[in-house]
Amino acid sequence: MTFDIGLALLVLGVAAWTIAARDTFAAVVGFVAYGLLLAVVWVRLEAPDVALTEAALGSGLTGGLLVGAGSRLPRGRTPPAEETPGVALKAAAAMLCILISAGLAAIVLLLPDPAPTLAPEAAASIAATGLGNPVTAVLMAYRAIDTLLEIVVLLLALVGIWSLAPDRDWGGRPGRRVSTDPASVLTFVAQLLVPVGILVGIHIFWVGSVAPGGEFQGATILAAMWILASMAGLVDAPAVTRRWLRLLLIVGPAVFLAIGLAGFALAGAFLAYPESHAKLLIVIIEIPVTLSIAAMLALLVAGPPERAQR
Amino acid sequence: MNLLLNIPSILAVCAGAFFFLAGTVGLLRFPDPLCRLHALTKADNLGLGLVVLGLLFQAASPLVPLKLVGVWLLALLAGATVTQLIAHIARPNGPPA
Repeated sequence: MTFDIGLALLVLGVAAWTIAARDTFAAVVGFVAYGLLLAVVWVRLEAPDVALTEAALGSGLTGGLLVGAGSRLPRGRTPPAEETPGVALKAAAAMLCILISAGLAAIVLLLPDPAPTLAPEAAASIAATGLGNPVTAVLMAYRAIDTLLEIVVLLLALVGIWSLAPDRDWGGRPGRRVSTDPASVLTFVAQLLVPVGILVGIHIFWVGSVAPGGEFQGATILAAMWILASMAGLVDAPAVTRRWLRLLLIVGPAVFLAIGLAGFALAGAFLAYPESHAKLLIVIIEIPVTLSIAAMLALLVAGPPERAQR
Repeated sequence: MNLLLNIPSILAVCAGAFFFLAGTVGLLRFPDPLCRLHALTKADNLGLGLVVLGLLFQAASPLVPLKLVGVWLLALLAGATVTQLIAHIARPNGPPA
């Protein structure tokens, strides 16, 4: 109990510090620390799947995106008065935040005791999916449409980022050119760590059917390994017009959608699986989906095309 | 048996916590970036190492110690790399050409 109260205070403290930090980089560091602490909170709430996602996506990958965004902002420049929000706008933003927080708190505090839950029904039908991890069963079977839409949202986000490319760079490679010393520490660690990380990513994806893990967490680790290798200059980002890259990006959502549509014929509903082959179909969906998500996340971090294709 | 295993666990974890404390104090108190990095690596390497050592005695299955040591080795690798990279930039004469 004492530990949980201390943890909650620490999360609130880091959150306040992140908002109050004047320096962009300091705020990003605060945000990453906040995400990692939040992952510990999820572990304390016995939700290791959420904790893994928070640590990998919420903290790690988003932190990387924010570092990249922060490094593109001009440093040490005080924005002119018309760019800084006025008192009225700040007050309105604060009021809305307070309203949302109060609403969420009211919903949580006013829940009947015991809270309404679908957990017993979900647990009762889990055998039909052939999966051992109830979280994966929810993501891939009961609420598969949410997962499908999440992947499509990621793809749309990537299209949005690519559309920021200036016309002369369109079709080129994303991100800046990295030139590092092949004898540098970063190159060494990339060579050492990337194989281990790929293995861990595949493992996290594969155990998702029976234990905490799954395609989003595994794909994030795979994407992180690609980002590390590209930071060390071992691999270069492919030009965004490459056909294999486009295929890699859409193979996951396409297979998901195809099997979902086949559900009409096989099981009578969109995204329904015939009970005898549920697990096989889920695995067939998950493998391309993991690859596509990994490519999407890596390219989200790489940013819009910035260099002409050679 | 349990008590016998708990004693080395408690000793090692306490020693690890001490190194984390010392590392944090050093991070806050030392005058320049290189000294602060030095303090930080003590917390990462020895502090985490001793905590892992303490937890080894509590492992239920033979696979757990392997995973714990793996976590420690990965933290060592990441810590050493990041320290080198920060130190390159933080050197008093600026990054080497």
